Amino acid sequence: MKTKNLIAQFIRGVAITAEKNIRIYYAKAPVLIFGIIFPIFLFLSFYLGRKIDLYVFFPGFLAMSLFFGSSSVGPMITPWEKNAGTYERLLSFPITVNIIILGDVIAGMLYGIIINIIILTGGLIFLAYNVNAWGIILGTILASFCFSSLGVLLASPPVKSPSTIMMLSSVIRFPLLFISGIFIPIGDLTLAGKILCYISPVTYIVDIFNFSLKGTNNIAIGIDFIALILFSCLFFFLSSIFQKRNLLKGL
Amino acid sequence: MQEPIIKVKDLTKRFNNLTVVDNISFSVLKATIFGFLGPNGAGKTTTIRMLTGLLIPDSGEILIDGINIKNNSIKAKMKLAVIPEMGNIYVDLTAKQNIVLAGRYYGFPRKELYKKADQILNMFELYDRKDEPVRNFSKGMKQRVNIASAIVHEPEILFLDEPTSGLDVNSQRLIKNIIKDLNRKGTTIFLTTHNIEEANQLCEEVAIINKGKIAVIDRPEVLRNTFEQTMAVEISFNIPAESEILQENNLIERIEKVGDKLKLYTSDVDKLVKYLVNFSEENKLKIISLEILKPSLEDAFIKFTEKKKL
Repeated sequence: MKTKNLIAQFIRGVAITAEKNIRIYYAKAPVLIFGIIFPIFLFLSFYLGRKIDLYVFFPGFLAMSLFFGSSSVGPMITPWEKNAGTYERLLSFPITVNIIILGDVIAGMLYGIIINIIILTGGLIFLAYNVNAWGIILGTILASFCFSSLGVLLASPPVKSPSTIMMLSSVIRFPLLFISGIFIPIGDLTLAGKILCYISPVTYIVDIFNFSLKGTNNIAIGIDFIALILFSCLFFFLSSIFQKRNLLKGL
Repeated sequence: MQEPIIKVKDLTKRFNNLTVVDNISFSVLKATIFGFLGPNGAGKTTTIRMLTGLLIPDSGEILIDGINIKNNSIKAKMKLAVIPEMGNIYVDLTAKQNIVLAGRYYGFPRKELYKKADQILNMFELYDRKDEPVRNFSKGMKQRVNIASAIVHEPEILFLDEPTSGLDVNSQRLIKNIIKDLNRKGTTIFLTTHNIEEANQLCEEVAIINKGKIAVIDRPEVLRNTFEQTMAVEISFNIPAESEILQENNLIERIEKVGDKLKLYTSDVDKLVKYLVNFSEENKLKIISLEILKPSLEDAFIKFTEKKKL
């Protein structure tokens, strides 16, 4: 097959898979719970009754909502499709596993971006930030891709029940959130805490949002972007390996 | 002369130390209906998954219309469609959306697909419910949507895994007619089924697979005739006769209970009928029905799969 045709086939496959996921999975209860309701309640439980300056806390909340939003769709799709029997049909179409994975990642990414645009718009109306638009746009795109890839990676274990994966994804996602500098600023952490902090990809988007909204940052912005790119590659690469390895398990 | 559209050579697949498909070779001629029969765990699904590019074989070669599926799976997949056993459609989408979605993966423009979907839904007697989510459909209707979405791109080969399993009689009949119709239009059908009668009605050639090996490939008629020397007598008495007593007779090779009847396999029908008449008199039984049966494809299936078990 000619390269041009292959590229067209690849793009078409990714777009159709992403569109299919958007139509089917955006309104599923676990996605709504883990993607929208959870970060809101986490924010409220942390914010209400405390004397916290919303101006300072908002970039962290924005990063948290992007993290939860982007990573909530991916864990659902593969287990749900294996359970429903649609995964085998999907594999029979003229597409590769990487096309399916990328379609899943794009669907999760767009979900996170949409939620983030809504929250950011609200924040910008009520809080007077001097916005670095490029930082926000690039950071949001990169981080949503990264977190969505993580979500798809979390869907790799061969289980039939989506609830098992949602539990597993919570076990992984919560620690990543708590060590990211959202609740405790990186500057206040001990050395061990700081080292842990750098393991979480959420740390870098918190830093980018802090820089883009408040003009303050703990890590060099270039490093934040590079770290997000590296985490994205790692998560996508691991998703590809594990999803291929467990392709027919759980069917 | 018809040309083979599927060529399988020395195909082997192992899972850990278990050889699920063991060095099988066969070809399927263009525009025929090929039946792939075998008991549970014989290797049917694994073979289909390899033929459709879902599984990579450990060794051997698969050519789909001359294309090696291992090296060029996307090009080969363009020529085929797969209908796994059940539930392979998106129940959150409508019947029409399912068909359009499938067609888009093959590069058809959306506008063209909407027209095509309407035509197909009409053919499958689903047009009136085209905009309803599939989750509200019966099992038979879901299976029709399943097949409808698979044929939207007019595949050259259609793989069907147990297409009528668990369906009501009307849905079964409709699906069988659709299969025949597609085949008349030139589609090659690769059909796995447990329903021997279905294979008998539909297939021009059948392969029987057992324990990962092809036991036999031939036309159903030829397979039945292979066992012409073994005929069966179906008999029922006024009270249930003990099959164990009948079994003691050397004339009877095998006994099967079919409802309230006994199916007795023999190579000498005349002698067996005489024996049964004497047997009924001696035991004061009354013969309610007695029928001499020709060997069926099912008999061939049982013989071939049993022979391998020995």
